[in-house]
Amino acid sequence: MRIRAQVAMVMNLDKCIGCHTCSVTCKQTWTNRDGTEYVWFNNVETKPGIGYPKHYEDQDRWHGGWQLDEKGRLKLRSGGRVKRLSRLFVNPDLPSIDDYYEPAAFDKDILVNAPAGLKDTPVQQPHSALTGEPMALTWGANWEDSLGGAHEHATGDPNLARMSAEAAARVKFEFEKTFLFHLPRICEHCLNPACVSACPSGAMYKREEDGIVLVDQDRCRGWRMCVSACPYKKVYVNHSTGKAEKCTLCFPRIEAGQPTICSETCVGRLRYLGIVFYDEDAVLAAASVTDEHDLLEAQRAVFLDPTDPAVQEAARAAGMPQEWLDAAERSPVWRLISEYKVALPLHPEYRTLPMVWYVPPLSPVLDAVGEAGRDDTDADDIFHTIRELRIPVEYLAELFTAGDVEATAGVLMKLAAMRSYMRARTLDGTVADDLLDGIGMTADQVEAMYRLLAIAKYDERYVIPAAYSKDAAALEAQATANQDCALDCEGGPGMTKQASAESFHLVEGEQVRPGRPGLFSRRADGRRGFTINPLRGGA
Amino acid sequence: MTNFVWTVLPYLCLAVFVAGHVWRWRHDQFGWTTHTSQVLENRLLRLGAPLFHLGVLGVAGGHLMGLLVPASVTEKIGISEHAYHLIAVWGGTVTGLMLVTGLVLLIIRRVSNGRVRRVTTRMDKVLYAALAGMALLGMIATVGVNLLGGGYDYRETVAVWFRGVFWFQPDPALMSGAPLVYQLHAIGGFLFLALWPFTRLVHVWSAPLAYLWRPYVVYRARRSPAPSPTASPDQVRDAAREPSVRR
Repeated sequence: MRIRAQVAMVMNLDKCIGCHTCSVTCKQTWTNRDGTEYVWFNNVETKPGIGYPKHYEDQDRWHGGWQLDEKGRLKLRSGGRVKRLSRLFVNPDLPSIDDYYEPAAFDKDILVNAPAGLKDTPVQQPHSALTGEPMALTWGANWEDSLGGAHEHATGDPNLARMSAEAAARVKFEFEKTFLFHLPRICEHCLNPACVSACPSGAMYKREEDGIVLVDQDRCRGWRMCVSACPYKKVYVNHSTGKAEKCTLCFPRIEAGQPTICSETCVGRLRYLGIVFYDEDAVLAAASVTDEHDLLEAQRAVFLDPTDPAVQEAARAAGMPQEWLDAAERSPVWRLISEYKVALPLHPEYRTLPMVWYVPPLSPVLDAVGEAGRDDTDADDIFHTIRELRIPVEYLAELFTAGDVEATAGVLMKLAAMRSYMRARTLDGTVADDLLDGIGMTADQVEAMYRLLAIAKYDERYVIPAAYSKDAAALEAQATANQDCALDCEGGPGMTKQASAESFHLVEGEQVRPGRPGLFSRRADGRRGFTINPLRGGA
Repeated sequence: MTNFVWTVLPYLCLAVFVAGHVWRWRHDQFGWTTHTSQVLENRLLRLGAPLFHLGVLGVAGGHLMGLLVPASVTEKIGISEHAYHLIAVWGGTVTGLMLVTGLVLLIIRRVSNGRVRRVTTRMDKVLYAALAGMALLGMIATVGVNLLGGGYDYRETVAVWFRGVFWFQPDPALMSGAPLVYQLHAIGGFLFLALWPFTRLVHVWSAPLAYLWRPYVVYRARRSPAPSPTASPDQVRDAAREPSVRR
């Protein structure tokens, strides 16, 4: 067993109102630069819908993620190493920018400088951020918001194509019969990342300490294999720098013990952040399970129980401080995934072992007439209700359990039973025991789950231990020896530039050398290089 | 003048080539990239890029063979002068045409597509001009002189002089008698080497062959020390409410 910690996220889709605050704050923080106009590290999709980029879930087309070969071995869907290198000159699986959308900019001066007394309101025309030419807006990252244009496009949702014809027929796009829910997506920071595995230059990596998947901007050579290999299409090409960029899980915030910006600003408070312990040696076997329906259980089995003394001992032996062990025990993510088992991974069939999991949404019952005679506290009745939700279970199953309807229905059952149980408990104080039996949970567990899903406060939703250094003892010794300036003394580790949005760039081991100004000093953005770089001029 | 061009200039260019690469590697890792624009335009690139790159590989192989392998060696291993000539001329013509076709497509793409034009740097334009010039001279030498014209045995002069550069005994007399197009191509070649480290051509040295042996998933430890924990917003808020409570 090789124990590692992973910062993971759970999103409770029942609470997402599709306000896009997460997307906007993420964009302001990370991708409001040249070359990333079309990039949304966090985006919110409306389901059913084709998504961003268009049809990204159609792996027959994009060849993202992993699959088993005829001998049952795990390999990248886009092919092996030699095949990948043979496609360096042109990558046939790469989405073009039109598959995302053509970003537009507006000339705000037209409004600001409009003379007083105009009879008509001045109108801004959108200009392409790529060419500067006037353009028509025909698509965007959330073009399908709240089923906009669904009657034209949404039948192209790849999840519908995978459902049985009978189940797919129940998905309607007429206004009165349709349904929708929002799906916020960030990078999954997978345990078995396809992007890292496809990166020819080895620039992408998974951090040992917290499992965050990053692109080393200094080592990326722009081979763009990560973009097509990621089945979630969450690695992007910055067409200005020619390098790959992706969601960083706001690592500077996580390191400081703060939640990601998307979580921090989430209006619905639907995001949970915490660490989970997992066994790195078990990852490959879990990703190689033959039956896709067994993938969910296999992925859960990779996680280690943080309350198990043996696991705690292993974590200590691996150099993790007590703070991390405590955080793992209190982790809301661990509880939702492994204890209550109500969180599910997005598309486990991609075999990347994604680390952003989702609590699937309940929805109104489709058949309003049949609803009348139902007993809310009868387990059987609730189970039937689950089968008649406006969002078909089959659709959710395509998203979260590789089409395993029973597994998804079981989770919805738990959520519905929790509501009924709490309703009875609150209204007349009764304890609905047969509901508990039906979902196999204790009263304490259901009430704790209710608290976590409904009213958990900031520090219950985000349990993030600050980053630790393996050489913490050495730093402390230095601090004691030099009381006046502690770690901030010249050349001390505290002098290292903290990563920020401006230096999206990993600072490698080399320190800033003070007193060496001039041509070869570090630039203001933390990169080494000519202060005025002739190579990148005019770009 | 002749002495300068055929004995000094190559060394100047090679010095710039080496020093330029060292400087670029040490100070511009961030700019060291293919600078892909496939995401902006795919239709012309899909045809042009493989043609150009495969053509370049063939042409580079041909140059290595023609310049570095002395005629006496090919004779010794049983390749007659005639056979060598056929391989060189036809191999050079085919790969050269691939290169030129690909390059023309890529230049058309750069010019005609507004998206790609916008991300084209000044250095890219210089590079495209240099590549086009070199390809033109090379094609005149191969197709014009050796295939259609009377032919010129560069292996007795240009190649010997070229090898001499690396033995530090370049003989300018060998080059001064060569046809003008060969002279220009040789000078251009060295100038091209001097230009190399300052363009996106540096991606050639990053050809990711190590990928063939590397484990799939790369793990890396954080290099920089952990930042000191910063107060979260609620802590800041609470501290302001109760100034006496220090965290």
